[in-house]
Amino acid sequence: MNERNPAFVRGEMLPAREPPAGEMGLLKLLRKSLFNNWLSSILTVISLIVLVWIVRSTSPWLFDSVWNAHSLSECRQMLGVAEGACWAVIRDRWTQLLFGFYPPEQYWRPVLAFALMLLALSPVLFPPVPRRLLWFSAVFPGLAYWLIWGGTLWLPVTAYAGIAVGAVSLRLTARLGAGVGAGLAFIGALTWWFFASEPVTTMLGQLLPLSLAPVTSREVGGFLLSIVIGVTGISFSLPLGIVLALGRRSKMPLVKTLSVVFIEFIRGVPLITLLFTASLLLNYFLPPGTNFDLILRVIIMVTLFATAYMAEVIRGGLAALPRGQYEAAEALGLDYWKAQRLVIMPQALKISIPGIVNSFIGLFKDTTLVVFIGLLDPIALSNSIRATTNWQGIYWELFVFIGALFFIFCFGMSRYSMHLERRLRTDHR
Amino acid sequence: MMEPHYETEIDRSRMRVSDEVAIRIEDMNKWYGNYHALRDINLTVRRGERIVIAGPSGSGKSTMIRCVNRLEEHQAGRIVVDGIELSSDLKNIDKVRSEVGMVFQHFNLFPHLTILENCTLAPIWVREIPRKEAIDAAMHFLEKVKIPEQAHKYPGQLSGGQQQRVAIARSLCMKPKIMLFDEPTSALDPEMIKEVLDTMIDLAEEGMTMLCVTHEMGFAQAVANRVIFMDQGQIVEENNPHDFFNNPQSERTRLFLSQILRH
Repeated sequence: MNERNPAFVRGEMLPAREPPAGEMGLLKLLRKSLFNNWLSSILTVISLIVLVWIVRSTSPWLFDSVWNAHSLSECRQMLGVAEGACWAVIRDRWTQLLFGFYPPEQYWRPVLAFALMLLALSPVLFPPVPRRLLWFSAVFPGLAYWLIWGGTLWLPVTAYAGIAVGAVSLRLTARLGAGVGAGLAFIGALTWWFFASEPVTTMLGQLLPLSLAPVTSREVGGFLLSIVIGVTGISFSLPLGIVLALGRRSKMPLVKTLSVVFIEFIRGVPLITLLFTASLLLNYFLPPGTNFDLILRVIIMVTLFATAYMAEVIRGGLAALPRGQYEAAEALGLDYWKAQRLVIMPQALKISIPGIVNSFIGLFKDTTLVVFIGLLDPIALSNSIRATTNWQGIYWELFVFIGALFFIFCFGMSRYSMHLERRLRTDHR
Repeated sequence: MMEPHYETEIDRSRMRVSDEVAIRIEDMNKWYGNYHALRDINLTVRRGERIVIAGPSGSGKSTMIRCVNRLEEHQAGRIVVDGIELSSDLKNIDKVRSEVGMVFQHFNLFPHLTILENCTLAPIWVREIPRKEAIDAAMHFLEKVKIPEQAHKYPGQLSGGQQQRVAIARSLCMKPKIMLFDEPTSALDPEMIKEVLDTMIDLAEEGMTMLCVTHEMGFAQAVANRVIFMDQGQIVEENNPHDFFNNPQSERTRLFLSQILRH
């Protein structure tokens, strides 16, 4: 080595080049993932054989099927010795699986409510949709209630008016401080709901009778019921879960204890016992003569159940945030609620998306448990369809249909959550 | 002893220390459980002063400056910042925090917001100034720290040095009267330390009151008008930089300086 010259000096920097051919696309997949070594080759071959076997054994049942028949025995006659599904039962009874015993001439109402639900969800789920539509999202629950259960339109309107009363009194008492204002607003809204809303509803109903034929909760069933319970539970459990998660991390001992007790109690009890409580026990505690709708009671229980799980999922997200984020927010002078809203929650919720959607999917599927307290969800209807003489003994076709519908909803939620995770990813690693 | 130095030329024309007191700390004590973390701290900082706090790790330097905006609570003594005494009164704490900027070792930018949103968040929500004005001000400060072109990127897309400069700009957007720096260059690659120090020097040249916890002795030598050496939760030595580096009085200071300046 020369004393004065360095051992090596690069004259020019190398440009980036393409990777070799075997490192890209299909070839790489074949070589690296499917036939990497003898073990993976054997596994690949076995998997292929299993796949072919599954398809071969289920396809005759799926494709040699009967769509036109009036009973299971007619199906069997048409099929002869061949194995095949009798989809005729779906064709015959699909409206029942979707709507329960909802009056058929009124089917347009839940269908319209479902379409409006998609419209109401769109600004919440997809930011390109104009923000002004959020007003419709806020109005939608009342509208959906009116469409599905019928009765006078003025009932949901006066319920909303209670919220307006609260908002106005909050505005008027803002000078007394946030705590006092919120308390007075709450009292104002309650006063409206308990004392004013009923006479106002009656009066408005007489002035301008806008009403649909009422449908009782006994008639609401099928997927309509699952979606009503599921969507209401989902949309309430998220905000309540956030509040409860913050409560559990609070420095105030009373708030913290209450949150912990609530979460641990609800999580420690099977949902089915809560549902039985809703259907049987609540009647003992409520004053005699109160007519408290069973579906409403079930929704409350399902929501509470999901809220406890949601709180723990969100607490996990909060715990995953570095302390520095709290400190930076505090150092900039943001108070607790602003820091939570602008800095902490957006990040904690983003971390928790998989867990949150997991809870949502669980909640939606758990709505089938209401069969045990006599509500007519799709499972209960499949039992009642099987109980008719025409379709006695039919199992698979009904369950496949119900399963497929649940799958579509749950898979949709799952895909949306992945889309959301991608959209919110800002680390660009 | 070898004296550290800093290469950048410094314009001292606007560095003026007034008689007005910015921070007064009197007999301040802090415990973590039974551990006595800060012991009888007394310090007065006047407007326009630039104070560097040095010392071994665990000596309480960070804890002390974190007490100034009450990220840490002190249990005894008084801290008065900009005429407001820090107590458990939340209103006062928020008032102090909006007047005191802080830069952290790990930047602590908000990763879900763009650079510009990071800078406008507090002005909009705490100062309640209109969005348009907040954006203009933020762009002004991003230009000052020399990264206006990154305004619409996310923190994760920037280098460490750039992130720390954004963190400085974010604090400046609140137009603070005092800036606290908690080891601002300790988490940076060596290549990026100077760009952050240069930004801090720009601030010093404009007469900002600064409290810096740092191991950058060249910066201390060039910018500080007082250097404070801490050990075991107490102030051991306090001097002007020239005497601090050339003629340290305490044995502990001498040992510390010999260890960090001769590696």
